[in-house]
Amino acid sequence: MPDFINLARISKHFGGVTALADVDLTISAGEVHCLAGENGSGKSTLIKIISGVQPPDSGGEIVIDGQRYTHLTPAESTRIGVQVIYQDLSLFPDLTVAENIAFAQHLRGLRGAGKQRLRAKAEAVIARLGVSLDLDALVGELSIAQRQLVAICRALAAEARLVIMDEPTASLTRTEVDTLLDITRELKRRGIAVVFVSHRLDEVMEIAERVTVLRDGRKLGTWDAKDMTPRRLGTLMTGHEFDYKVVVPDLSAAPVMLSVRGLSRRGDFEDINFDIRQGEILGVIGLLGSGRTELALSLFGMRPPDRGQIRLDGAPVSLTSNRAAIDHGIAYVSEDRLSLGLVLEQPIASNIVLSTLDKLTGAAGLLSGDRTRSAVWQGIEQLGIKVSDPENPVRTLSGGNQQRVVIAKWLATQPRVLILDSPTVGVDINAKDGIYAIVKRLAAEGMAVMMISDEIPEVLYHAHRILVMQGGRVKGEFHPAQLSETSLREAIDA
Amino acid sequence: MVTYTAPPARAAAARLWKPGPVLLRLTVLFLLLMFLFGVLLGHRLFNGAAIRSMAFQLPELAIFSLAMMVPLLSGGLDLSIIATANLSALAAAFVFTHFGVSGSDASVLLWHIAALVAAFGVAAMVGLLNGTVIAYLGVSPILATLGTMTMVKGIAVGLTHGGVIAGFPPFMVFIGNGSILGVPVVLLVFAVIAIPMGVLLTRTPFGQRVTMLGSNLQAVRYSGIDTRRVLVRVYLLSALLSAVAGLLMMARFNSANAAYGESYLLITILAAVLGGIDPAGGFGKVSGLVMSLIVLQLVSTAANLLNVSQFLSLALWGAILLGVAGIGRVWAWARLFLPARKPS
Amino acid sequence: MPDLSKRLLHSHEGKLLLVVLALVIFLSLATKSFLSLQNMIDLLTSYSFSGMLAAGLLVVLISGGIDISFTASASVAQYVAMTIANQYHIGWIEVILICAVVGIACGLINAVLIGTLGLSSIIVTIATLNVFFGLLMFVTHGNEIFALPDWFVNGANWVVYTDKQGNPYIFNLQMIGLIAAFVLTALLLTRTNIGRQIYALGSNKDAAQRVGIKVFRLNLLVYGYMGFVAGMASLVQAQDAQSVSPNALVGRELDVLAAVVLGGASLTGGVGTVFGTILGVMLLAFLQNGLLLLGVQSYWSECFTGAVILIAVSALALERQRQRAGVRRVMA
Repeated sequence: MPDFINLARISKHFGGVTALADVDLTISAGEVHCLAGENGSGKSTLIKIISGVQPPDSGGEIVIDGQRYTHLTPAESTRIGVQVIYQDLSLFPDLTVAENIAFAQHLRGLRGAGKQRLRAKAEAVIARLGVSLDLDALVGELSIAQRQLVAICRALAAEARLVIMDEPTASLTRTEVDTLLDITRELKRRGIAVVFVSHRLDEVMEIAERVTVLRDGRKLGTWDAKDMTPRRLGTLMTGHEFDYKVVVPDLSAAPVMLSVRGLSRRGDFEDINFDIRQGEILGVIGLLGSGRTELALSLFGMRPPDRGQIRLDGAPVSLTSNRAAIDHGIAYVSEDRLSLGLVLEQPIASNIVLSTLDKLTGAAGLLSGDRTRSAVWQGIEQLGIKVSDPENPVRTLSGGNQQRVVIAKWLATQPRVLILDSPTVGVDINAKDGIYAIVKRLAAEGMAVMMISDEIPEVLYHAHRILVMQGGRVKGEFHPAQLSETSLREAIDA
Repeated sequence: MVTYTAPPARAAAARLWKPGPVLLRLTVLFLLLMFLFGVLLGHRLFNGAAIRSMAFQLPELAIFSLAMMVPLLSGGLDLSIIATANLSALAAAFVFTHFGVSGSDASVLLWHIAALVAAFGVAAMVGLLNGTVIAYLGVSPILATLGTMTMVKGIAVGLTHGGVIAGFPPFMVFIGNGSILGVPVVLLVFAVIAIPMGVLLTRTPFGQRVTMLGSNLQAVRYSGIDTRRVLVRVYLLSALLSAVAGLLMMARFNSANAAYGESYLLITILAAVLGGIDPAGGFGKVSGLVMSLIVLQLVSTAANLLNVSQFLSLALWGAILLGVAGIGRVWAWARLFLPARKPS
Repeated sequence: MPDLSKRLLHSHEGKLLLVVLALVIFLSLATKSFLSLQNMIDLLTSYSFSGMLAAGLLVVLISGGIDISFTASASVAQYVAMTIANQYHIGWIEVILICAVVGIACGLINAVLIGTLGLSSIIVTIATLNVFFGLLMFVTHGNEIFALPDWFVNGANWVVYTDKQGNPYIFNLQMIGLIAAFVLTALLLTRTNIGRQIYALGSNKDAAQRVGIKVFRLNLLVYGYMGFVAGMASLVQAQDAQSVSPNALVGRELDVLAAVVLGGASLTGGVGTVFGTILGVMLLAFLQNGLLLLGVQSYWSECFTGAVILIAVSALALERQRQRAGVRRVMA
């Protein structure tokens, strides 16, 4: 296949920091290419250079259609046919599907493009992709998957020849991912190249032809996708071998801490039964929409169940608010760390003590400086959070350290049951290890842990028992020792 | 594993002595203005009378600004503060004028207490209404308080037909215009309120919750805090502070009216933002607000002494806010070109 | 067609229309004069100023911003225009031009400050409100202008109809201004690319930048338009009041905001229609006028207005909560 874009010797420095060093990259027309790397590996800088948002340092060149450029402007990049679909999708929720798809029509001239022409244009694009969308629906009323389709249609409407998608599967259910893969094949059939940007090896790898791995701003190489395994990719991205073994302690003598019987909530989940023993890590694996997060929120008192019973330490409890759950010793680390787990702009210290403020008051109901400080430092030391000053905003920390702050906040409430929802989302592979070590230590100290995830290795190597959830029901219970990654994947997808 | 530079106690102590950038900027501005007006006015500015007149004027706006600051910290806004203040003052005035304050000392004291109860009771009702509509119905604060502002003022106008209620016992006159050891009582009232407010907002669980939810309400809710109750208290507190300001206005004018002090409303927002309170919520200190009020009052007094219209100081107040923001932008822009400071 | 009426009923405008219609029916049954031609003419005339400003503010709200300073811009515009008109021999065209230029200049100042200072639009415009108004009061010493040129005082009136008693019914400058403001705003928002860009900007600013909308330029246009409308409205108001007072208008900005928000415009941007804004203005106008005609003391009118605003914004918020819950059900 002919090359669509050829990048040679691309470097980018910000001040003294090297974001990209001497990277070459070729993307052929109609190719599905995966660009993999950890956070900070340089993949987003590379995208910005291709889309013309940032110029590369001098010395490199970009060749498209035989034409050489030292750098691209956003307008040039669009004209050539590069379209980036960011993770936030960059759509207009208050405009209709048709207006979003054909918005470029509104950028030139004063007179309106006319409703009919706009609709015709959008309709043509939708037909080309073979999907169904209501042209007059407001984008704000669509599901995430439908919005993604709108974004793809908009790229197509702009005569894209290369579509770059940033983490496109992060918030899709399995069926929605399948639709996305079908559409990608359709784009490919039309000679449009697709680049998936990812920090983990996921479903899109199934149809990718080549994988390019970046680490610390350097390109490690480009491989055929079929030669790549998750483990090898992980090693390449991080530069470390990870060799996890399944280790399951014998917990048959430990008392049951949390017991759930016949728990149901209409539209969310149905007839859930399980126990977690003291010291046990129960892995709950399921895709988006399987009811995993809804179940966790019910155990945390934020979505009261319709039926069923929750027992803690043998005693039935009624959890009507998350305060009640916390008072009973249940803690919940949300999957959405950035908007539900942390107050990013505020100090690390304030975040750590947020749930335990009432315990830190001294005379006259004032916060005691000594007790606050010692609580903060206890959390920082207990979890090994790397901070220079606890008054710095949490935003300044890395993903892994941020997650440790969240866990520190919950440990301060002295929980007996810790629910972790996708605890390593957005955490670099190296830092994931630290989180797993913490979880195992907490379990060994006697906590009952429920670890929700959609990553197979996460539950396989770090949980003591695994529940598979699908469509709001528990579909099976497995012991890690009896399973391989493949057999677990089959159980989830089935 | 743990890499921290200073042991906890020292780090905190060091912070105590380090003024924030807002306070620093305002202090520099204050000194510059003092110098400028000092040259222009000389001893006319630095005499007891001028300073006393400043001290009499400042507290009303200052307490209104505190009443605006609390909702601003929580990421909201309270447009109903002036209306609430006037209705509260009218309630107190009604008690004073309709039930006659004479007779024994005990009954005089009783009527004063009754007047206060009336004023704060009215304010509490408005605050609870605001808080409930904002926290439980999810109405945006600007719209909810716009509605209550109009309604509360409407009630005040309706009950008084726009008229003035005047004639209060000597104690109120003393509060409004008297001094203790040369310090105006109104200023003492402000100090008695501002200091506990500073403590409340920075050193109590409530204050922590307000600033935290001002930055991210959902995260605070997920941390097991009943954010709706916190919000109701925010607007309750704002209304009660408004009532204090309303009573001070009443005491100073020796009268109450539905439309006193309306020009203060937007000025309080301006003063708060100048004092470093982030209108998006989550950041701001009482000390910054006080410094900003002092700067604004200085400009206003100087304008007065220079015999120029009070309205010029209004324009200057707006210009100062824009100017300070502008300098901040230029400074941030210039820092891009300066060598980065080594992390300490 | 049934589809259209169904959509209308589900939209905010549809519900508001029902409320306004109910109010009209009630008032025309309860009072003799409410539906009379003369009352309607009076209403159009006296609400022309806030109605025009509502049209301008609608555009700003849709773009995701807010403007508090327009009453000050209007005061400056009418004062400058009338001062010049009293000094020199100029006519309508010049006066209109002066008001337009002053208003637009004030708007552009707002847009530039918002674009460069990194402060939110509400803070910037509160500051400029004080600057514009403070300077105006300083320069004019708060003096009113009572003597206006004769041609201006006489205004532009056309008697369209005289009834049997010989009472003339007139079509005046205020009505022209009001209708022109709404028509122009509707054209801008629905018939031009700029209008779509304004909706897009208010809907998602980052995305607007990414698709290539020049946000700073668009803001110049939005706030400039608000200033232009404020200038025109100030002229119409001065003609109606037959005098110019520098402090007559400031303080009414929040009333205008209330009308636009009642009309369904969102403070977060991206949402709002001219039709809704007209209904919002009508609701407040009919309410205040109706209370008067019903014999309620005028002192109580503000209280009712406030209660209506509070109920309306609460209803809107509850509706939104229900919709969000609905979306969650669909997704689950």
